Amino acid sequence: MSVVNALSAASAVSAASGPSAAGAAGAVSGRHALTRREFLQVSASAAGGLVVSLVMPPLAAAEGAAPPKLPAAVNQPLGSFVRIEPDGRIVIGARGCEIGQGVRTSLPMLIAEELDVPWSAVTVEQLPYGLIASPDPPGLASRYGPQGAGGSTSIPDAWHELRQVGARARWLLVQAAAQVWQQSAAALRTEDAQVAHPDGRRLSYARLAQRAAALTPPDGDVPMKDKSAYHIIGHPTRVADGRDIVTGVAAYGIDAALPGALTVLIARCPYFDGSLGELDDSEARRIPGVRQVVTIPPPRAGAPLDRNLAAGVAVIADDFWSAHRGREALRIRWTAGPGAKDSSAALEQRAAAAFGKGGLIARQDGDFAAARRTAARIVERTYIEPFLAHATMEPPNALIDLKANRALLVASLQSPGDASRMINAMTGIPRPDIEIRLPRTGGGFGRRLQNDFVAEAVLVAQKAGVPLKVLWTREDDLQNDFYRPFGVHRLSAALDATGRVTGWSHRVAATARKWRAAGMEDETDWIGCVDRDGFPAGCVENYVAEFLPVDFQLARGWWRAPLPTFAAFPIESFLDEVAHESRQDPLALRFALLGAPRELDYRDHGGPKLHTGRLAEVLRQAARAIGYGRKLPPRHGVGLASHFTHGGYAAHAIEVAVSEHGELDIVRCVCAADVGAIVNPLGLDAQFMGGTVDGLSTALSLEITVKAGRVQQANFPDYPLMRMARAPDVEVHLIESGFPPSGSGEMGIPPVAPALVNAIFAASAVRLRRLPIGAQLKGVSRQSRAVS
Amino acid sequence: MIAAAEVHVAIELTVNARPASFAGDPSMPLLWYLRDHAHLTGTKFGCGIGYCGACTVHVDGVAVRACVTPMSALSGRTVITIEGLAHGGALHAVQQAWIEEDVPQCGYCQAGQIMAAVDLLKRKSAPTDADIATLTNLCRCGTYPRIRKAIRRAAAQLNAART
Repeated sequence: MSVVNALSAASAVSAASGPSAAGAAGAVSGRHALTRREFLQVSASAAGGLVVSLVMPPLAAAEGAAPPKLPAAVNQPLGSFVRIEPDGRIVIGARGCEIGQGVRTSLPMLIAEELDVPWSAVTVEQLPYGLIASPDPPGLASRYGPQGAGGSTSIPDAWHELRQVGARARWLLVQAAAQVWQQSAAALRTEDAQVAHPDGRRLSYARLAQRAAALTPPDGDVPMKDKSAYHIIGHPTRVADGRDIVTGVAAYGIDAALPGALTVLIARCPYFDGSLGELDDSEARRIPGVRQVVTIPPPRAGAPLDRNLAAGVAVIADDFWSAHRGREALRIRWTAGPGAKDSSAALEQRAAAAFGKGGLIARQDGDFAAARRTAARIVERTYIEPFLAHATMEPPNALIDLKANRALLVASLQSPGDASRMINAMTGIPRPDIEIRLPRTGGGFGRRLQNDFVAEAVLVAQKAGVPLKVLWTREDDLQNDFYRPFGVHRLSAALDATGRVTGWSHRVAATARKWRAAGMEDETDWIGCVDRDGFPAGCVENYVAEFLPVDFQLARGWWRAPLPTFAAFPIESFLDEVAHESRQDPLALRFALLGAPRELDYRDHGGPKLHTGRLAEVLRQAARAIGYGRKLPPRHGVGLASHFTHGGYAAHAIEVAVSEHGELDIVRCVCAADVGAIVNPLGLDAQFMGGTVDGLSTALSLEITVKAGRVQQANFPDYPLMRMARAPDVEVHLIESGFPPSGSGEMGIPPVAPALVNAIFAASAVRLRRLPIGAQLKGVSRQSRAVS
Repeated sequence: MIAAAEVHVAIELTVNARPASFAGDPSMPLLWYLRDHAHLTGTKFGCGIGYCGACTVHVDGVAVRACVTPMSALSGRTVITIEGLAHGGALHAVQQAWIEEDVPQCGYCQAGQIMAAVDLLKRKSAPTDADIATLTNLCRCGTYPRIRKAIRRAAAQLNAART
């Protein structure tokens, strides 16, 4: 049995409701992505097209049954994404990493629309990572274009490109029909997976596919539909592999299997930059099923964190349980690293002290100090945000098979391009010979933009010499993450006698995201920490944004809407405070600051422009939907917030009730969003609903803290994600603004926390300036009664 | 897969209506028997301490968390996993409702959510929001509002089928 066929991996999913197994597939990073023109040429010339691997269903290994569900490909593909089977099935490749953001549905929708086929006829097939050798420098070509998942870029990247993929395939089919009928292609039209002749004759795509595949596609773009003719884009569409998910056959990285592959659990040094002191593995080796115990080295002290995160002892065993028992039986003495005595409490003191010094000016307009001197009123507040873990429901994992000259990786990933580069750097195996399959991924949230778990699998496999799968437990995950940075924000506003904001200062003392980050040499020092161009930048004449880096020994990473979430809480809370301090309505103050609809420069991710009118409109819609300004029951309050995130706009309006005992009830939750053109309204609703719940869950309860050099949280009881009982319904209002699409996976979170604390203030007259809210509400309520 | 050095009395049980036998370490949690030995990977690992519910299966018709249920407790018992919920290609009403309400995002927790919902509907044929709020399965994607709708839809369908 070959490696390819043995994997319970690649296969197909039916867009309608047909049976299928789930798949493995791939992705590419921007660095090696081709221009669109090059990409289309590669796509058109690549022979073989969609790879249809034989499927081994979950039970097959046990029962030796179950034939492959898909017939072998008969027809040649039309480009790299489309194959039309003789039975009329339209097979469309999905190129993205499916982490729950819906790209396995939305990206094929773009192709299907321009191909002009009914969505019910479409079978979605996950594509592998598509890096191939090329005669042109640098010797590599991306076969499918961008495949990673990060920054909410999948839809904007694909919007033109994948519609062209569909349109070009349709163009070929029309040319084929024109040949058959000896008729000008211009007179022909398509409908329902058929080409229609003016005299009423029709030819199905299935009958034309073979002839069309032999034709040469044109250079450059072909015409695309007018959006008035769309029957897929803009229409609510369920997730393509919903049936596979609810029947348990959808395969995730953790489900990948390979004959002979062993299971690995790693005991990791709990101290950052610590190392292995003493190891006694004699008991572990006696556990039945334990095959080997090997060590892996720590990252080089002070060096970029571009491999594994920690020194470790890897137990290689027949299955999870024996690996677990083996790991429990290890006797290890770790040598602590330089941060062994550090703590979150000490970090907070250092951050407070940092404000006494000057920092790095990220943006300066006018003269804030002068505005402050002449102000009629000055408002100053401090806000604190914790480290956050990603806590993907599927913990990290990686199945790897290293051979002398080739490698196979099956893992739940967000950045397979980086994984490919890493394996190449660690093994010397040429990148086109590193096969990477992408199963469904049980949540990403930015965690899997790092491939440290892949590095571990490579390190262990290099020593063990067998195919193996590294699994992480929840404890491994919460204690070995690339955490969202910790930060203290100090905001100051200068107001004139009329309440106009004349000066705005936002100083951020934070653990720099860039600290020991790999591949970020060219980024600003404050990346991920200071939203220098976010609202109200550009709307206040005297403005300064400043960064004060604070030392701490903990790896940092991107966490869903990283900078926007980090920035929105202090900024949107402070706007609310400034309004109340100056006896203005918080919504009216925001509108006054936003001013006339116009574009402002925005230099960070999501730019180059921020449209104040679009930001005002999402606020207006959220306020209208919740009935902002209406009389509320006693102890109820409504809070608002909005944010510009990665090119999209979202606002939340939240109504809460705070009881005399400090019990918080989230009464209503409204989200208004403008992410430009809408591809799948059902998917968008899901992203904003889920983002809102994520935002509430995080604001209420989640933080990572360090004591004596170690992360204190170990499992979900210490990091209590929101459960059903607390989760409100979310009313999502999508605004059709006519702009090109941004993504949607991240825009739903940033305004949630500030809208929530603003609502709590409106309900209780008590202001919360530290996240998570946690137990603060109890004390807050007493304070509230004392105030009133 | 278990080394010969460790010999245990075989545990006989039924998994998805088929007889099964396990002669490995009786302290092995049911989750890892299902995933590593029965090759039923639809049941997911999330926390290992019975907290998140991703591993929810039915034992003798009752929802249990497979990650903290040792094989030693399963002699003579009947286990149903997500793979065994549908009958002859016909989805369970809860599975169908999950599709119709388009519940899954990443989908990883949904097998456990569905098994917990099926269990709830056995006990409460017309569950209130308060009944649904007793479900403690975690979903990191935040699909709870659609889970509520799907449970109500499934309950309505099951009740209609009974009358």
